[in-house]
Amino acid sequence: MTELKFINRPGEQGGPEASTGCGCSPSFISVGSKPAGVCCPSPTVATGTGKAPAWIKGTIMTEAGAVPEISVNLTAEDFIGHARCRISAYRNSYTVPPGLYTAGSPDANSEVFVSANYKLSFDALRSSLKGINAWVLVLDTKGINVWCAAGKGTFSTEELVGRISSTQLPAVVRHRRVIVPQLGAPGISAHKVRQKSGFQVKYGPVRAADIPAYVAAGYKASREMREVKFPLIDRLILTPMEIRPALGYFLWYAAAVLLIFGLQPTGILFRDALTGGMPFLIFGLLSVFSGAFLTPLLLPAIPSSSFAVKGWIMGMLTLYPVERYSSLSVAGSPLLLVCVYLFFPVASSFIALQFTGSTTFTGMTGVRKELRLALPISISAAIISTALLTIHKLLQWGII
Amino acid sequence: MRYLSGIATIGLAGERCTGCGLCAEVCPHAVFELRNGKASIADRDACMECGACVSNCAFGALSVDKGVGCAAAIINGMITGGEPSCDCSGGDKKGSCC
Repeated sequence: MTELKFINRPGEQGGPEASTGCGCSPSFISVGSKPAGVCCPSPTVATGTGKAPAWIKGTIMTEAGAVPEISVNLTAEDFIGHARCRISAYRNSYTVPPGLYTAGSPDANSEVFVSANYKLSFDALRSSLKGINAWVLVLDTKGINVWCAAGKGTFSTEELVGRISSTQLPAVVRHRRVIVPQLGAPGISAHKVRQKSGFQVKYGPVRAADIPAYVAAGYKASREMREVKFPLIDRLILTPMEIRPALGYFLWYAAAVLLIFGLQPTGILFRDALTGGMPFLIFGLLSVFSGAFLTPLLLPAIPSSSFAVKGWIMGMLTLYPVERYSSLSVAGSPLLLVCVYLFFPVASSFIALQFTGSTTFTGMTGVRKELRLALPISISAAIISTALLTIHKLLQWGII
Repeated sequence: MRYLSGIATIGLAGERCTGCGLCAEVCPHAVFELRNGKASIADRDACMECGACVSNCAFGALSVDKGVGCAAAIINGMITGGEPSCDCSGGDKKGSCC
C-alpha cells in the first residue's frame, strides 16, 4: 500500500499523461487508502523500494498531505540531461510529474512559484530558489517549456486553476497568490484565474535567474527583468537543433545529387557520382552551415530584418569564396554556374527562415509575409536549378 | 533585435483602457507605455504578437492576431489547410518544436 512509485522518470517515455489521475501529489508519493470521490486524503509517504529521482530530497507534511521537497542544487546528471535536450529529441521526454513541491521549508505564508513540467524549465526555477523557502506548483504542459506551452495553450488558465484545486493549494497556503513566470502570460488570464480560483496571479521575472533579485526587491520585477533578450550565447545553444533537421534533409539531397551525377548512358558510375557531385555536396553542406549556424549566430549583425534575406546573404558569402577559389569551382560550365548561384543561397535562405521558430521576437504576421514571398522564390529556384542541371546532363551525354 | 516593421496586428481601444498597467507588465518587448494614466502603444514594431497583453486585459481593450512566429508551423498550417501549428501542440502527439 505504501510502496513508493515513480511513474514518470525524467527521460523515459510515457510522459506526464501516464501519471495517476489524482494530481494532488506527484506520482512517486504513494497515496494511502483512497476513499472514492476524495482526492488524496492524507497521503502516506513511503520509505519503500521504488526510486525517486535524485532531485527529490524528502517530503514534508502539509494540510494537504505529503509534499516532496526538491533540491535547489543541480547535479552533473541534470547538466548532462540539459545538454542532451539541446542536441536531440531527448527533450521531448524530459519531464517532471506535475504537482506541488517545496523548496526549502515553506510555511502557509510562503509564496508559490508556478512552472512547467519540462525539466529544463523546472530546473531553471529550482536552481534559482537557493535560500528561498517557497512552494513550487508544476503545471502539466506536456513536457513543453513555459513560453511555448503558453503559446500553445497547455500552460493555461484552466490548467493553473485545475492544478491549484487538485493539489489542495488553498489548504496548504493561507494567502491567495501565485507567482507565474512572465512568459506564461500568453496562456494565462490573470483576472479569470482570480475569478475561478480566488488566487491572484503575480507575474515574476522572465528569467528564473532573476528570482533572487525579484524576491530581494520585495517581489517586484524591474523593467530589465521584464524584457526578453536574445544574446549570442542563447542563439548559439539553439543552433544544434537547427543543424540536425537540416542535415536530415541534406542526406536526401546528397542521395539525389550522387544519383544525378552518377547517372550515365552506360549506367550509374560511382566515380562520376563522386567527382561530379562533390561540388554540389560541399555547397549543400555550406548552405546548411550558413543557414542553420552562421545566420542564427550573427543574426543582429547581418543586414536586413528579413530572415530570408539574412540567410541568402550568408549563403552567398560562404558560397562565393569556395566556388570561386577552390578546386570545387564549376566555372567551366556556365549552366552549372547559374544553377549553383541560383540554388544554394536560396537553400541557405530557406534554412535560415526555420530559425524564426526559435527566436524571441518574430511574430506570426511577419513570418507569414516573408513566407508568401520566400516560398515561391525557393520553389522556383529549386525547379529552375533542377532544369539547368538536367540540360547540363543532356549536353554532357550529347543528346542535345 | 528587430523583425519586419509596420506589420504587427496589435490594436488598443483606448476608451476601454483603465490604466491598470498589466499589459506593460506582461509584455516581453516593452511595447506599451503608460501615459496620463492610460496604456499606449509606444513601440509597435517590437510586438511579436504573443498575445500576453490581450489575454491579461480584463477590460477587452487589446486585440492581436495571435500566433506563433515560426516558419515550420506556418508551412505546416498551409499544407494541412488549418491554423499554423507545431507538432507539439496537438494532444498526445509530441513533436520536437521549440
